[in-house]
Amino acid sequence: MERTNAALALIPLFPLVGSVAAFLVGRVHKRAAGIIASLASILAFVWTAKLFAAMSAETVLEDVVFSWFGVASLQVDFTLRMDALGAVMCLVVTGIGSLIHIYSTAYMAEDDSVHRFFSYLNLFMFSMLLLVLGGNLLVLFVGWEGVGLCSYLLIGFWFRTIDYAAAGRKAFVVNRIGDAGFLLGIFLLWMNFGTVDFLELEAAIAGNMTLVGLCTVVALCLFIGATGKSAQIPLFVWLPDAMAGPTPVSALIHAATMVTAGIYMMARMDFVFALAPFTLAIVTIVALLTAFVAATTALLQNDIKKVLAYSTVSQLGFMFLAASAGAYWVAIFHVVTHAFFKACLFLGAGSVIHGCHHEQDMRHMGGLSRYMPITFATYLVATLAIAGIFPFAGYQSKHAILGALEHNVNPYIAPYNSWIVALVTFTAFLTAFYMTRSLAMTFFGKYRGHAHPHESPAAMSGVLVALAVLSLFGGWFLETRLPNFLEHVLAVAPGHASETIVESLLHSWVGIAGVVLGLLFYTSLAGVPGLVFSLFKPIGVLFQRKWFVDELYQAILVRPLEGVSRGLWKAVDQGFIDGAVNGSGAVIDTSGQVLRLTQSGQVRHYALWMFVATIAIVVFFLVRS
Amino acid sequence: MHSSWNLLSWLIFTPLIGAVLLYLIPLFHPSVDRHGSKARWFSLAVAVLTFAISVCALASFEVNGSMQLVERAAWIPSFGISYAVGVDGISLALILLTTVLMPVVLLASYSVHSKVRAYLFHMLLLETAMLGTLAALDVFLFYVFWELMLAPMYFIIGIWGGTRRIYATLKFVLYTVFGSVLMLAAILYVVWAYAQQTGEMSFLLSDLLARTELSFKEEVWLFAAFALAFGIKVPIFPFHTWLPDAHVEAPTGGSVILAGVLLKMGIYGFIRFGFPLFPRGAELFIPVLCGLAVIGIVYGALVAWVQTDIKKLVAYSSVSHLGYCVLGLVALNTVATTGSVYQLLNHGISTGALFLLVGVLYDRRHTRDVAEYGGLAAKVPVFAFLFLVFTLSSIALPLTNGFIGEFLILTGSYVTFPFYTTVALLGVILGAVYMLTLYMKTMFGQLDQAKNGSLTDVSAREVATFLPLLILVFWMGLYPQPILRRLEPAVDTFLSDVKARSQMLEEREMGFMAQMRPQLIRAQEGAVPGHGIVQRTSLKESNL
Repeated sequence: MERTNAALALIPLFPLVGSVAAFLVGRVHKRAAGIIASLASILAFVWTAKLFAAMSAETVLEDVVFSWFGVASLQVDFTLRMDALGAVMCLVVTGIGSLIHIYSTAYMAEDDSVHRFFSYLNLFMFSMLLLVLGGNLLVLFVGWEGVGLCSYLLIGFWFRTIDYAAAGRKAFVVNRIGDAGFLLGIFLLWMNFGTVDFLELEAAIAGNMTLVGLCTVVALCLFIGATGKSAQIPLFVWLPDAMAGPTPVSALIHAATMVTAGIYMMARMDFVFALAPFTLAIVTIVALLTAFVAATTALLQNDIKKVLAYSTVSQLGFMFLAASAGAYWVAIFHVVTHAFFKACLFLGAGSVIHGCHHEQDMRHMGGLSRYMPITFATYLVATLAIAGIFPFAGYQSKHAILGALEHNVNPYIAPYNSWIVALVTFTAFLTAFYMTRSLAMTFFGKYRGHAHPHESPAAMSGVLVALAVLSLFGGWFLETRLPNFLEHVLAVAPGHASETIVESLLHSWVGIAGVVLGLLFYTSLAGVPGLVFSLFKPIGVLFQRKWFVDELYQAILVRPLEGVSRGLWKAVDQGFIDGAVNGSGAVIDTSGQVLRLTQSGQVRHYALWMFVATIAIVVFFLVRS
Repeated sequence: MHSSWNLLSWLIFTPLIGAVLLYLIPLFHPSVDRHGSKARWFSLAVAVLTFAISVCALASFEVNGSMQLVERAAWIPSFGISYAVGVDGISLALILLTTVLMPVVLLASYSVHSKVRAYLFHMLLLETAMLGTLAALDVFLFYVFWELMLAPMYFIIGIWGGTRRIYATLKFVLYTVFGSVLMLAAILYVVWAYAQQTGEMSFLLSDLLARTELSFKEEVWLFAAFALAFGIKVPIFPFHTWLPDAHVEAPTGGSVILAGVLLKMGIYGFIRFGFPLFPRGAELFIPVLCGLAVIGIVYGALVAWVQTDIKKLVAYSSVSHLGYCVLGLVALNTVATTGSVYQLLNHGISTGALFLLVGVLYDRRHTRDVAEYGGLAAKVPVFAFLFLVFTLSSIALPLTNGFIGEFLILTGSYVTFPFYTTVALLGVILGAVYMLTLYMKTMFGQLDQAKNGSLTDVSAREVATFLPLLILVFWMGLYPQPILRRLEPAVDTFLSDVKARSQMLEEREMGFMAQMRPQLIRAQEGAVPGHGIVQRTSLKESNL
């Protein structure tokens, strides 16, 4: 491994400067905000690409920006580092990010606070780039919290609607729960190894079998952090609500980049997870449940963005499944392809929402393929990609995930490999089905709304086409290149034997089945879904109502805690402690009042007291002797 | 190091001179200076001058763990009382916090309309008291300044406070006096012990530290007395209930100083006096203090969550934040204790700013009820931005000052108290809950209160009050090294002093008893395996 110095700081610096500039200039010239922010993002992409072009698979670029803080042996430098993994993530973030910035210039053109929007969006890019470039856990954590902040600000971007603001708060708080776990992991690592630097930690930990116990705990802590950021059970509840933000935000933050931070972190810390098979088994189970539960929830959502949100949660589960089987490169592969097709889907949904004048309910759509041909075509490509049909991008990564799960050697999981593969396959089928449902409800049949749908401007449709192209060829292009590039950073299992096209098509049967069934159910056999729903009503309601998770959390966590807090305040603070304080005041006051009675000013009273006291003293000494 | 310039004395007494001049110069008489604007400008100038002197002190300060700029003069020689002042990194940092906050507070004094001159007088007097408390190296001098802080604060709340100000001041004073009386008794006991053992009187801290021998039992009682005085000031749960009332009733400036500086005196007292004087007594109380700190963190956060009065919410958040500082202090390792002092500065900045922000709203709307606000971000964007920044600082977002302090405290104390620190992490979550709930309820949503329709955004003067704090938030979050570098040696000195004195006392007591009753000592060794800090810290030295 060769470590070379490079001006890595420039990459996040472009969007940071852009963020400030977009805000200041955008306040005066609304249009300038989008241009500045897009330019900053593109510059970051170009600079990344330039550095990437000169990289080999073994290169590690390094930039120690300054020494951040240090006390005793806790010395933390603000180190940025780019290896193959970081480069891949950086390219995705800046590449997809730039496309989404360009899209947003048209999507947000009408908004009054467009400068605020682009400022936040660039600030997000800055934080996300710190996250993937951070050379130690703390710089990563800066990005980790920074993206959380931007997510909070952008979910609640239209803050006049208090529900949107509440969704932002929920996202931040739920993420904080994960962050507490993450911090615990950092404490443990520093306490035991005296460093938070990735390379130093790797040197100290990698392959040291005596550390299995510690690594199991550390990995668990880190995974708790990942469940927050990457929306896994039990902390996934914030992501569906996060759809309150503008749609480009959903595409960039809540689909393509930020939510994959947990998977990236796991891949970055693979040397810890490699020594923690027990934790990996937990990851497998959590990811499996998440993928399945979210997919079933997506089946019956009518809000086009909610479908995509639950789909994202489910796909993130797929990525964690791959990582938990030790196939980190496969997880990253799916991160990349998912970024292509899910960004395409979200931006497509945005285009639909834009075209239908802010309508998000698919029951009021339909037949849009005639009005918005480009949006339709790109949405179709992306749907086929996420369905996992050859040759679209989702096929290769999903196929690789199933392959990795089949050959999972984790002792806790291996006996159940076939069961897991079966459930994952079924979930993949559900994915194809619900995405086809959303495609059919939106674009096929008759238009059921009351607006005048129209195709979106070139800045939007152009970006959609670009993402559709990536969704079409991305998987094929990366299938062999990505593992070759990543093999020095991540464990890469020997690639599976190359398939013929016919074999690949046969392997796509799950996706094809889902798509065909979805098409039938939501076009020619339109009565069937209602019939199935009424037949399995309890299950249907369970899916429709999102497994009642939010209600459950409210009932067992939020409300009791609020009650306890109020109880503490009223009973302990005001009742007990202040009762004691005021009580002691009252005792002194009362005793003062009582004692005052003795000070009557009458000499005979005093004489009486003296007499009584003398008697008492005499009696006392008599008794004692 | 002796200072030929008497820099610290000038620092301490400049505000006092200013306060006296306010009454001596006829220009500031209310009959001439009708709105008190001249008096305001004058006291602001005095505060800025004081700040400038503190910067001079910083400039002549050398980065090491020793006491510097030391001045000593006999004051009441017959009792061994001297005027002795000096600073190390810890007290210098807190002095700078005080001198930075005071001009800010005086700039914010425009919301005070009655008896302006008296208000300014009390503020400047308070500054002298605070600076004196932080610089005093003589226990008697410390006590005088400590008590002197009480009087101006009493008047500031009692005269310029809200409707329940009399109850609040009474509670504040009684709580505090209750603690300090016990501390005075403890001080006298120590000096008496010193006089018994050496045959001379001295209140000088360095004398007491070097030569007073106390038995373990004595230490326990004396530390308890100090801990009560300091614990009330911090405030440590369950001695915190004076704080919400005092804050709610205090005028904005009073709240800022109360939260910004006065609360810090508790922790400072522990560091300068409580722990070094009675190390083995402290050692016994560490589990208690640690437990109470963690309870305070969680309890303060939970109770803050359900407050409807913004000021009360911020007050309870202080209980939570100061809990972190206590946790970091009692962890007694360099990382955590340095973090604890750093967090004192952070809390002064972010909570001070939050109180200023509440003051801005209160000046305009005369209510602190959360329900009276909502949707303000659309109406007062600059205010909303400032509120956001200080909220984020308060919940310790990385790259703000709060993160550095909180991270150092938690990382360091995790080594000493893994369980308690894990529980304390709940505060990290709950902090986001109550602060973001407050932010949401006031700033977001519809602007549905008609009265808020005419709200004006922060004025240039108000921006000027926030600007220094805003800069500090980011500077201390991005580049804390200049401060940490000066704190660390002082903290190391503190830790090694505590350790050394603990060892010395242990040896003397053992030696003394070995002479008297050799058989007892063997029994004791079996029963109490070295209640010295010595053993505990040596275990962790490898990492810290």
